[in-house]
Amino acid sequence: MNFSEVFKQSNQLCKVSPDGKYLATCVQYRLVVRDVSTLQILQLYTCLDQISYMDWSSDSLFILCAMYKRGLVQVWSLEQPDWHCKIDEGSIGLVSSRWSPDGRHILNTTEFHLRVTVWSLCTKAVSYIKYPKACQKGIDFSRDGCYMALAERRDCKDYVSVFVCDDWHLLRHFETETQDLAGLEWSPNGCVLAVWDSCLEYKVLLYSLDGRLLSTYSAYEWSLGVKSVTWSPSSQFLAIGSFDEKVRILNHISWKKITQFDHPASINNTKAVVYKEVEKRTAVGTDDLSLHNITMGTTFFNTQSKYEICPAPVQIPVVKPDPDRANPKIGVSTLAFSSDSRYLATKNDNMASVVWVWDMQKLSLVAVLEQTSAVRCFQWDPRRPRLALCTGNTKLYLWSPGGCVSVQVPTEGGLQVQSLNWHCSGDSLILLGKEQLCLCYMDIDQEDK
Amino acid sequence: MEEWWTTVPIGTSLGNYEISSISHVTMSPSRQNNLVSTHSSFPLSKSSYNVISAFCTEDNIPQCISYINQELDSLGLSSTCIEASSAGGAGLNTVPALNALYELMQIHRRDMSTLEELEKERLKKSNTLDHIQMNNSRLKDQLELSIREKSGLHETERQLQLRIKTLQSCLKTEKDEVQKLQSIIAGRASQSSHDAKRKEREAAKLKERLSQLLVDRRDKKLAIDVLNCVGRSDGKRSHWKTAKATVGHEGEMYKSLLNDYEASQRSLMLENAELKKVLQRMKKEMMHILSPHQPSPRGAAADDSRDQANSDGEETAGDSSRETLDQSCEHAREQLANSIRQQWRKLRKHMEKLDSQASQVQSQLEPQQEVIPREAHEDEMERMRREVQQCKEFIQAQQQLLQQQLNTSFDDETAALLNDCYTLEEKERLKEEWRLFEEQKRNFERERKNFTEAAIRLGREKRAFEEDRASLLKNQFLNMTPFTDRRRCSSSDGQSALSIRSEPETRMSSTKSQPVKSSTSTPNSSQSAVVPSTAELYRTLRLIPDSSTSRHSNQGRWQESSSIEDGDVRVKSKNRVRCGDFSVFSLGEDENSLTS
Repeated sequence: MNFSEVFKQSNQLCKVSPDGKYLATCVQYRLVVRDVSTLQILQLYTCLDQISYMDWSSDSLFILCAMYKRGLVQVWSLEQPDWHCKIDEGSIGLVSSRWSPDGRHILNTTEFHLRVTVWSLCTKAVSYIKYPKACQKGIDFSRDGCYMALAERRDCKDYVSVFVCDDWHLLRHFETETQDLAGLEWSPNGCVLAVWDSCLEYKVLLYSLDGRLLSTYSAYEWSLGVKSVTWSPSSQFLAIGSFDEKVRILNHISWKKITQFDHPASINNTKAVVYKEVEKRTAVGTDDLSLHNITMGTTFFNTQSKYEICPAPVQIPVVKPDPDRANPKIGVSTLAFSSDSRYLATKNDNMASVVWVWDMQKLSLVAVLEQTSAVRCFQWDPRRPRLALCTGNTKLYLWSPGGCVSVQVPTEGGLQVQSLNWHCSGDSLILLGKEQLCLCYMDIDQEDK
Repeated sequence: MEEWWTTVPIGTSLGNYEISSISHVTMSPSRQNNLVSTHSSFPLSKSSYNVISAFCTEDNIPQCISYINQELDSLGLSSTCIEASSAGGAGLNTVPALNALYELMQIHRRDMSTLEELEKERLKKSNTLDHIQMNNSRLKDQLELSIREKSGLHETERQLQLRIKTLQSCLKTEKDEVQKLQSIIAGRASQSSHDAKRKEREAAKLKERLSQLLVDRRDKKLAIDVLNCVGRSDGKRSHWKTAKATVGHEGEMYKSLLNDYEASQRSLMLENAELKKVLQRMKKEMMHILSPHQPSPRGAAADDSRDQANSDGEETAGDSSRETLDQSCEHAREQLANSIRQQWRKLRKHMEKLDSQASQVQSQLEPQQEVIPREAHEDEMERMRREVQQCKEFIQAQQQLLQQQLNTSFDDETAALLNDCYTLEEKERLKEEWRLFEEQKRNFERERKNFTEAAIRLGREKRAFEEDRASLLKNQFLNMTPFTDRRRCSSSDGQSALSIRSEPETRMSSTKSQPVKSSTSTPNSSQSAVVPSTAELYRTLRLIPDSSTSRHSNQGRWQESSSIEDGDVRVKSKNRVRCGDFSVFSLGEDENSLTS
């Protein structure tokens, strides 16, 4: 495992182009594009203000930079550095901006969710979509980029509009049986739309592309409900994390619950491996067998940490949430399927330092990673069943079915990893600190072992 | 009693009364009073008999007779009439009188016995009465208790009732409260939802208005500024929105939906086929398993005929299902499921039977069967542990090698740089070694000095020792000569107390051939342990004059020793005089005790 030198960034705006060739980072009001392999600066663009959002177009040709405070969006072309485009939303304001899947349209959501403005880079045409709903996830594009589902609210009722992204033609418009729609998500095959209600009611609705209601699922009533919803990449499972600290898995045929994953405070499952991160300040002993300590020789200045495997009955630290607060810190907030749909990683908010990995073939717990501090972010390798996570310290943690390692990020001053992103090839990883970033290259042969 | 009475002569009747009365007394003390009264009546009557002024006197015999007769008549004893033997005479006609008396006696007896019986009866009755009374009182107590209990229960019941009533009222109020609260909540909910809706509507209106205003104002800023338009990502030109396009979109949508359904159907069909295959194989295997076993249990089972019929039916069904399996028809599926179910049932029955058999067998063979696998298991565990150990060692070795390699590579890279370091280090080390060497040298010098000193001392000691030996030899020599006493006295004069104390040393060196003696620490003990030679004895006697053993064993030489003692006392210095006196005194005492 190798690490690049450290680069500056701001607002954690750093993205690899979809084709995996370029790395765009924002530093204040500047946009820097580098070659991923050499890390040499290819282009440098200067925006009008501090950039609050940045994204690549799907064909990796354009970069969108949004400045929400100013209500501005600037688009840069990688092929023609002197080409420029500036979209001004004017006094109506801007809260969100995104590319359409074709990379030729920009969708801006105005302040107060008055409307969604669709700007075309091809024709300069502008079109409006009224009544977008301000919610957790109000817009979703299907994986193939053909359709867009948009949550709407009119006359105190929830609606979903399905647009054809090609020419923004309204394909379907239907009312949903929700009290207060909180989010929607297309299945990866683009044929089923999952819609869920706000946390006040446990309700998940499944709609076909043509607006037919396929199924409704509700696990319980009178308690805080859905917290997160994720499709498996195979579209076979729909995982629903809820405030009752459970994940329920629905199947794609009958849309019934296959199983549910509990997150108990004491783990008695002997088949699951519980990795516990142990920190120690002394130098590495000879009995330390973790590979990285030998290869890296990281006896610098920071505390060493390694994983220890705990025997079966393990108590997990649980933080009791304040029941009087809104959005209590309890329940499964993050769900992620591995790229092969084989594993599911979850995080329960009142056990913030623990990541759970579940096997979707055996429908059982595989591993539990107990960190010393709260887990900030975790992401699956887009190619392999390999999970990277960070906890806001100077270490990177990796889990794979073969085992678990913690790696010290060897940078001067210590890069506190707040967030991470896999390169689409799965060969490298971008580690984002507060103001810095660093690339981590995986050893190909190491992981083959 | 009656019979006994008949045999007893009349004359003893009085005594008999006595006895009977006594027996009465012994029978029941409760009746004593009664008896006493009756008893007292006899002596009274007796005495009255003696007294002259009684019922009958000489004068009124006829009156008495007539009276008695009347009385007897009234008693129904009219047959026997007492007559005077001679009218107006004092004599009585004896036979009728005796007969009457006898009759009377009889009556009395009877009466007495009846009385007794009655008494007994009465006693019994009174006992029963007592018992009944006691029972009665007990029952009364019970009754009272029960009544009290009942009243208590009544009270508690009343209280409970009261409580129930209050609780019911409470419940009612609570229910009311709940209902009220629910209605309030519902009201609030509807109110809030209504409000929310109103707010939302207002917000929507505001938004509408805002957007209208923004549109109306012709916001100049709202604009897109593009250098030149870019082509579509698919390279095609954009086209107008037409009905045809809409239809196309619809078509696209349905096409994709259809594709999806087809795909899912295909996968389901594949899965179905797989499952069917598995099912078929399972069925086949089941049949295969069951068919050879059929004859043996059949013979044993009582209801084999029914089973036979069943199995026949199954087989036909199975065959038909196998035929129709590929067609995947509804009825075929039904049949297949049925046959599978039946076979499964049979298999389960068989398994249960096997299980019971196995358990029986196991109960017989349990001890041996239990032990063997455990041992094997243990062995396996041991082996695995060893393997793990080996692996660990291997890994350790590898790690060490790796580290070594790392180190060496590191050396190579910075060998030149390190050279200087190494020389410096070497120098340091040499200096350190030099210092150490110096120190050692000093130590050595010191030791040498010590050694020389020791050698000098040794020489001196040796010289002293030689002198001692010379004197000793001289002494010995002189002791052996006939004029011992004077010589010895003179020799002892010349020796100080110190030299005396060093005597054993000299002796030790002189008599090396006698290790038993030399090993002892004090001359006293040595003397006691070994039979001394004459010379030694002399010497010891000189050293310890008041040694009891010497005195006892060598009485014959006592004179000699005492004379030596005398000489000793005489010659020794002033401060030892007292000690000499004491010794002399003690010696004298000893002598006294010996002589006495």
